[in-house]
Amino acid sequence: MTKDFQASKPIYIQIADQLSSQIVRGEISAGEKLPSVREMAIQSGVNPNTIQRTYSEMERMGIVETKRGQGTFVTENEQVLKALKLRLQTDIIGVFVQNMKELGFSQEEMIEGIQQYCRREQA
Amino acid sequence: MTVKLSNVSKRYGKDFSLKNVSLAFETGKIYGLLGPNGSGKSTTLKLIAGLVYPNGGKVEVDNEEVTRKICRKVAYLTELDMFYPSFTVGEMVEFYVSQFADFDPKKAEQLLQEMKLDPGKKIKQLSKGNRGRLKLVLALSRKSQVLLLDEPFSGLDPMVRDSIVKSLLSYINFDEQTVIIATHEIDEIEPLLDEAIVIFYGDIIGQKNVETLREEEGLSVLEWFKSTAAQMEGKK
Repeated sequence: MTKDFQASKPIYIQIADQLSSQIVRGEISAGEKLPSVREMAIQSGVNPNTIQRTYSEMERMGIVETKRGQGTFVTENEQVLKALKLRLQTDIIGVFVQNMKELGFSQEEMIEGIQQYCRREQA
Repeated sequence: MTVKLSNVSKRYGKDFSLKNVSLAFETGKIYGLLGPNGSGKSTTLKLIAGLVYPNGGKVEVDNEEVTRKICRKVAYLTELDMFYPSFTVGEMVEFYVSQFADFDPKKAEQLLQEMKLDPGKKIKQLSKGNRGRLKLVLALSRKSQVLLLDEPFSGLDPMVRDSIVKSLLSYINFDEQTVIIATHEIDEIEPLLDEAIVIFYGDIIGQKNVETLREEEGLSVLEWFKSTAAQMEGKK
């Protein structure tokens, strides 16, 4: 199915981001084989050259490995996966902090707000 | 380059449909030819298909100057309904087999099944969506070097559009084919494209790689198209 993509970001990066969060959430496991470029293109309704770029980019980042004649696999390197998880965390925090700043909250107020929110969640 | 237009002009009567246009298309890529109605998109495709001839300049496919015979190498999906209403779907396929040496009946059979088209049904009994699907089946079943699609989505509902996008992605041979899609429905096809070409009342006013456009200018094809077209309108 054709998905909607944000206008301002390259599509190959958006698909890499989607795959990365699926890996972090465990929807795709370490060592698992990713769909072939053509299958992935059909699934997401995008040009196969774009998917090829997604896979190359993820390979450059060490998140996936291409095995000759077998396909593309998620890495089993735990350090890489841990780093990926931390990177996603930083990205999300970055967006949050930016939004809070725009609303005029100070650092202390942000932290205080998060702590309060978490306490309420637990209760 | 599989397809090349060099300084091509085309007039209908006194009106220019294309003014001194040069374009090149390479194998393995999907190009979007984008522009408002009447901007010269269909004319460009017809020139490549050998259905009309330029008043000036040269159109080449696979290093051969285009004549009517180029249809051996070029599959062309017209925006019009071009079927005989009393033919069945199967007869239409047989007609294509008889006309085009590169037509692959097995591929056609497979595509008909995927699109849930009944070979025994008459064309006049088909819905508009199914006629749209059938046109695509016939175009995709040819092993042509060049595939030209003129408004493949026009008037079709989102379900049909999705199935068309899927079959394009499944059946285009990226090692051997060049695909050019003319449309004004830019949002629909942006993720499919390698390159976007904007044509505006006979002039090519821009050509961009879709991902580079996003990366370097932070624009989607639609946004870029609108801003470029607005600038042109301002100059007119």
